[in-house]
Amino acid sequence: MSTVMTAGKPQPHSASKGLPARTGQQPLLQVEGLRKYFTLGRRRILHAVDDVTFSVCRGEVFGLVGESGCGKTTVGRTLLGLYTPTAGRIIYDGQDVTHARGQLRREFQRRAQMIFQDPYASLDPRMTVADIVGEALDIHHLARGAARQQRIQELLELVGLSKEHASRFPHEFSGGQRQRIGIARALAVNPEFLVADEPISALDVSIQAQVVNLLAELKEQKNLTYIFIAHDLAMVRHLSDRVGVMYLGQLVELADTDELYREPLHPYTQGLLSAVPIPDPRAEKSRQRQILQGEVPSPINPGPGCRFRARCPLAKPICAEVSPPLREARPGHQVACHLYD
Amino acid sequence: MSIVMEGQNPSPSAELFVPASFDRAKADEIDRPVVGYWREAWRQFRRNRMALAGLIVLVLMGIMAIIGPHLNGFDYRTQDLYNMYAPPSAEHWLGTDVLGRDVFTRLWYGARISLLIGIFSAALDLLIGAVYGGISGYFGGTVDDVMMRIVDILYGIPYLLIVILLMVVMGPGFWTIILAMGLTGWVGMARLVRGQVLQLREYEYALAARALGASHWRILFRHLLPNSLGVILVNVTLTIPGAIFGEAFLSFIGLGIPDPMASLGTMVNSGYQVMQAFPLQLIVPAIALSLIMLGFNFVGDGLRDALDPRLRK
Repeated sequence: MSTVMTAGKPQPHSASKGLPARTGQQPLLQVEGLRKYFTLGRRRILHAVDDVTFSVCRGEVFGLVGESGCGKTTVGRTLLGLYTPTAGRIIYDGQDVTHARGQLRREFQRRAQMIFQDPYASLDPRMTVADIVGEALDIHHLARGAARQQRIQELLELVGLSKEHASRFPHEFSGGQRQRIGIARALAVNPEFLVADEPISALDVSIQAQVVNLLAELKEQKNLTYIFIAHDLAMVRHLSDRVGVMYLGQLVELADTDELYREPLHPYTQGLLSAVPIPDPRAEKSRQRQILQGEVPSPINPGPGCRFRARCPLAKPICAEVSPPLREARPGHQVACHLYD
Repeated sequence: MSIVMEGQNPSPSAELFVPASFDRAKADEIDRPVVGYWREAWRQFRRNRMALAGLIVLVLMGIMAIIGPHLNGFDYRTQDLYNMYAPPSAEHWLGTDVLGRDVFTRLWYGARISLLIGIFSAALDLLIGAVYGGISGYFGGTVDDVMMRIVDILYGIPYLLIVILLMVVMGPGFWTIILAMGLTGWVGMARLVRGQVLQLREYEYALAARALGASHWRILFRHLLPNSLGVILVNVTLTIPGAIFGEAFLSFIGLGIPDPMASLGTMVNSGYQVMQAFPLQLIVPAIALSLIMLGFNFVGDGLRDALDPRLRK
C-alpha cells in the first residue's frame, strides 16, 4: 500500500506497455471499447461515447478533460452503471461489472461512488442532510439507530461540516457546503473509487480550491482512487496523475499529466492547452495562441474518419477516411492522430 | 460621507479603519433556526390572507358538517307534511323543505355527504393517479408510451357515459358516485404526476440514489413522488371541489344521491324548482356550496405557493 501513498507525485515512467506502468500492479479499473449511444428517434443515434479504452491504477487520479458535450459525464455515469453501455467492458478489480446485477452490483456500488456536478440538483430538497448522507447506510443496511447517527456525524466532520448541520435542509447551505454534503454521501459506503463529475465547475473560484483540497486530503486519508472529470485544465493538472483528453465521444490523447502539459501531441490538445491563460502578462503577450476554429460537430450519426478533422489545422486526406486509433506515440503517451502514424 | 462634505478632511486617515474580525470556523455558520419542511410551508401559507380565510371557512364547514345535523333535534329524513316550506323560526332555524324536513339539519347533512364525496374521490384519484403516473414517468420509453395511450383512451370516453353505466350496474348511491368520480378523475392526476416525475428523474439526486444502489421503488416513492408532493397536493385541493361540483351536477340532472339522503347538489336541485316562491330553498345550499368551492380553491392556490421551494424566502 505504500506505493499508493506516493501517487500524488507522478513518477518516472517505466517504459513498459501502454497501460500505466507506475507500479506494475494490476489496474483497479479497466475500460475496454466502451460505447454508449442514445437513440433520439428513428435513425438518429447520438454517439455520446464511442470506443473509449483506458485504465486506472489503484491510488491514482485519472483526469478526464474535454469540452462540454464531449461525453466525459457519460463515461463517468456508464462506468458506475447509471447508464447501460451499448458495447464494451468495464472491469473493476479483476471482475467484469459491465452488466453486473444483484450481489455483484451491490458490492460494486459499495466500492465505487460518484460525486455530482451540480450541488443544487444533486441533493434531494425534501431530505435533511442526515437522511441524504444516511441513505446509503439504509440501502446497504450498514448502520441503524445510534450507530447510523454516529456514522453520519463522522462523515459530516470528515468533509468539514459540523454535526449541527445534520438536521438542516440542503437549501440552507452554500454551493461549497452542498458539494461537501455530496462528498459525504459518496463516502458513506466507504468506497475506494470515486468518479468526481465536474465537482467544482458549479462553484465559485474561491470555493473551488477548498473542495479540490478536500478531495486531495480525502484521497490521502482514505487511499482513494479518482476519476476526475473537468474542463478546467489547471485544476486537472493540479490534481491528476494522468490525463485523458476527450473529443466528441472519443479519447484522443492519454498521457502522464506532466508529459501531456509539456508536450501535447494531438492538435486538439494543443489547442485546448493554448487556451489556458498564463498568469504572467508578459509571457501571455509573447506567446503564440493556437485558436481552434469552428464548432464542435454534432455527435448524432458521425461519419467515418477523424472527428476532429473539420477543425484540425493539420488535416490530411486520410483523416476524412480512416478514424485514427488510439496508439502509443511515445512510451506511455497515447494519441489518436494520423500525424503520428 | 460627512467628512467630505465638511471639507476639512478630504481623505480619511488610516486610524479610522478598524479591521473586522473574521473567524474562519464561523464563516459559513447558519444562523437560522432549524425549521422543518411543513412548518416552513405553514409559515408561508399563513402569509396568504385569502388562503388562510379559505382554510378557516373549510374548517368551520367541516366542523358543522360533523355536528350540524345534530344541533336542533331534527333528523334529515323525518317528514312533517303539515309543515311544508315553513319559514325560518325558532324551531326550524332555516325553515323546512317540500316534505317538511328541517333545512338546517339537511344542509349540514348534505354538506357532510358532499365533502365526503369530494375527499373520497380525490383520495381515489390520488392513489391511482400518483402511482400510475409515477410508474409511467419513471420507467419512460415503451412503458410510458403504452400507459399514456391507455390514459388518452380513457380521457376520450365521456365521463357522463361512465357515470350512467355505473349507475345502471351498481344502482345510484354514495359509493357509486365516488367510484364514478375516481374512475374518471385519476387521468388528470396521472398526467400531472407523470410530467413531474419525468422531469425529476433526470435530476442528479435521482442519479445519486441510483449510484448508491437505491431500488426503483425507493427512488420513486422516497425521492420523486415526495418531490412532486406540492403539485399533487395542489391538484388534490382543486380536485375536491371539482368532485363536489360534479356530484352537484349529477344530482341536478337526477343521477345523484337518492332521497331521503341529501347532498348540497340535491338540495340545490329541489330548491331551484321552487325558487320563485321559496328562494331560501335555493339560496341556502347554494351559498354553502359556493363557500366550500371558494375555500378549496383559495387553499389550493395558497398551497401552491407555500409548497414551492423556489418561492421560499
